[in-house]
Amino acid sequence: MLNAELVGRTFAGAETTLVTQESIAAFAAVVGETNLDVAPPTYAISITLNQSQTLLQDSGLDWTRVVHGDQRFEIFRPIVAGDSLLCSSTIESARVMAGNEIVSVRSDLHSGSELVVSTWSTLVVRA
Amino acid sequence: MSAYTVGQELASQSYSINRALLVAYADASGDQNPIHQDEAFAKSVGLPDVIAHGMLTMALAGKYISDIAGSAAVKEFGARFTKPVVVPAGVDTQLVISAKVSAVEAGQIKLDITAMVDEVKVLGMAKATIVAS
Repeated sequence: MLNAELVGRTFAGAETTLVTQESIAAFAAVVGETNLDVAPPTYAISITLNQSQTLLQDSGLDWTRVVHGDQRFEIFRPIVAGDSLLCSSTIESARVMAGNEIVSVRSDLHSGSELVVSTWSTLVVRA
Repeated sequence: MSAYTVGQELASQSYSINRALLVAYADASGDQNPIHQDEAFAKSVGLPDVIAHGMLTMALAGKYISDIAGSAAVKEFGARFTKPVVVPAGVDTQLVISAKVSAVEAGQIKLDITAMVDEVKVLGMAKATIVAS
């Protein structure tokens, strides 16, 4: 179970992630995208979900029992190679439904003071 | 982009998902959860077989949307993962994406997206907003 005291708390990422052309190309290749000028629309998840995983594992959740419930992106501008992004994550809610624990995490990716992408992930820890 | 009208149904596209693609997505996204690669592990935690990352399904839908957007930008994109996409060994699972225009406003269009595997919807409430850049 997630420690209820963590709900509402924001965790700043430890370090910025430098977006490389190679990482955009690898993500694009999976979906058959040939435009490498900007990152694909869901690319941000490669940064935000990893931070959520670390956050929730550190909080005692079993990541191997986690499935994704829903996901939303708000993209203020496309991510491009060379961006140096800092991820801050907030556990917005945690509740139990039919024995499954449901945790909602919002993550914001900033380049300096500019908000580039916000993501909202609902993660379900299966009983 | 201005050529779209409310209610217009956009042509579907089919995307193949197989075990190799799951490994490629795991490497590209950093999500190495073994339920997406290791059949014995997936079954040990009560899943029918290896399942695709929900975010892979969404990434493929993102490609569909990007193709519609062209030089415009995808501003919002959201979905619920309503059914797992099971990916048996040695098989290409076909994901079929289509969309319907739900709104056309100044400089932006909104899409309702449908994602099907074997005639079953695998995403719910899948919506995107595209804005002229």
